Amino acid sequence: MATYPHGNSRLRALAAGLSGSWRMSRSNFELWANLLVIVAAAGFMLWRGTGFAISLGTFVAIWAILAVSLNLLVGYTGLLSVGHVGFFGIGAYTMAILTSNPAYEQLRTEALPIFAWPFFAVLPICMAMAGLVAIAIGVVFNRFRDDIFVLVSFGFAVIAFNVFLNWEGLTRGAFGIHQIARPAIGPWVFDDEVEFLLLVVFFLGLVVLACWFIVTSSFGRVLAAIREDEEAIAVFGYRVVHYKLAIWVISAMMAGLAGGLFASYTTFIDPNSFILLESILLVSIVIMGGLSSIWGSILGAMAFVLLEEGMRFVPFLPTEFIGQARQVVLGLLLVLLMLFRPQGLVGRYKL
Amino acid sequence: MTAEIAPAGGGFILETREVSKHFGAVKAVDRLSISIPRGGMTSIVGPNGSGKSTLINLLSGTLPLDGGMVIIDGVGLKIVKAYETPAHGITRTFQDVRLFDQMSVWDNLMVVLTDRRLFPALKERAKPAYKRRAREILESVGMWEKRRSLAMDLSYGQRKLLEIGRVMALDVSIYLFDEPFAGLFPKMLERVKGILKDIRGRGHTIIFISHNMDIVRELSDRIFVLDSGTLLAHGEVEEVLRSPDVIEAYLGA
Repeated sequence: MATYPHGNSRLRALAAGLSGSWRMSRSNFELWANLLVIVAAAGFMLWRGTGFAISLGTFVAIWAILAVSLNLLVGYTGLLSVGHVGFFGIGAYTMAILTSNPAYEQLRTEALPIFAWPFFAVLPICMAMAGLVAIAIGVVFNRFRDDIFVLVSFGFAVIAFNVFLNWEGLTRGAFGIHQIARPAIGPWVFDDEVEFLLLVVFFLGLVVLACWFIVTSSFGRVLAAIREDEEAIAVFGYRVVHYKLAIWVISAMMAGLAGGLFASYTTFIDPNSFILLESILLVSIVIMGGLSSIWGSILGAMAFVLLEEGMRFVPFLPTEFIGQARQVVLGLLLVLLMLFRPQGLVGRYKL
Repeated sequence: MTAEIAPAGGGFILETREVSKHFGAVKAVDRLSISIPRGGMTSIVGPNGSGKSTLINLLSGTLPLDGGMVIIDGVGLKIVKAYETPAHGITRTFQDVRLFDQMSVWDNLMVVLTDRRLFPALKERAKPAYKRRAREILESVGMWEKRRSLAMDLSYGQRKLLEIGRVMALDVSIYLFDEPFAGLFPKMLERVKGILKDIRGRGHTIIFISHNMDIVRELSDRIFVLDSGTLLAHGEVEEVLRSPDVIEAYLGA
């Protein structure tokens, strides 16, 4: 958090809100980190061609929404949650079930209930569902902090995955849900990849704006104080549990939004997209990009997707090892980063 | 809610009735009843482990009471909630100066000056009135030049000053200071003394813990001596410090 006593420069405050700190952005490391990731991403996209670039961009944007929203918890409030994927999954399944395709369902013996609601009507419901679940579990989770909080959020991720896997009447279990509808306004269907990319980027923009609004407000400053010393800020008349619950629900709703977009984009989801590992990767993105930095989370998402997709093209790597090799490289990178730059690529705060 | 109107306070702004706090078998504060009159400075002294800090933690809701009742300005509380203490008129500093380390000096102050309600706080950016107040306080504790530094980069004395500044931002009737004079070099000590006198001069009640008997003699209007979580003696400073019990238990001479 940074506030400027001489609020004379709105631009400076804007930059500070987006990058966590104005002062740190002068550092060379940040400049090089930014350049490296952006140039690598641009080069990679040029090399692989337009179609690839568009799908890559869409994934980056979805991961970025997740990372930015998780940063509200981990970076700005100090709640290290590894349960974020649960809200992502709730959003995705809400989208998949409520937009269910009648033509496809009628052909099946164990069909899902047919709602066939339009995408834009369901998207707010994805957020609401994630938000409702967040309220319910947040009331309990609020009792915990620090390492115990990590453990209970871990528990939530495991429970959410098992619900997705085993509530077959609703989620069709391991079989997954196919032919999820693409967004449409009347006759205009977003079936073109570019249109979808623009849609996702639009929502990313909204999420970034919302986060910026939150973290630069007095409310955001209290969140930072909670991160620094929960007991001390309580003495000054702040009801810490309310603040933590509020940001937990806001963050979950953003993850639900990302889930809805993800389901519609891939048109197919199964529980494997919502395993605990995804949550861990997400936390890694946030820490790698930089805590308390909105731009850091976007940069982290770019670096992550780039790394993940880029590994596909390493020439001497056997295909069957690619999946594991990605995780090894990412893990290694994270260890190096924590050793030599614990505040992440563009961040300023340490966990 | 546990608030209830207690029997006539008799001019006391802060009272404890049989207040207890146990840590396992250790009775940190043991059925302690004290009454502190309105205004002036009250010092709490006692050997290490006599329950002074625990008492402050109980009064500010940082630790839950195991038994007894705290009466703040006529309002009896069996459960003291930390977030309600400013509304009752109490604020405090911590023995191990607890600032918001990875926030700027400015933010450390602004964070206690803002709206306590969620939604107004979400809409609120730095209000001119709050900024003026923050500047006033920073200047009065001599930290204005340091406003952009992170709290973690300050020296110990500066951290103490900032913490005292932070409680000054709250307009309450009772200020609890947990060892405000410990570890300060003479110039800084005079400064902190000045600030405390200033707060007293504005009619607030100050309660502080100190091991420095010279300062206790100089500043306090009355003194409470704790030993093993119980009240050993209280009253006028010179009188109490001359009493044989106190000399034996605390001064050891």
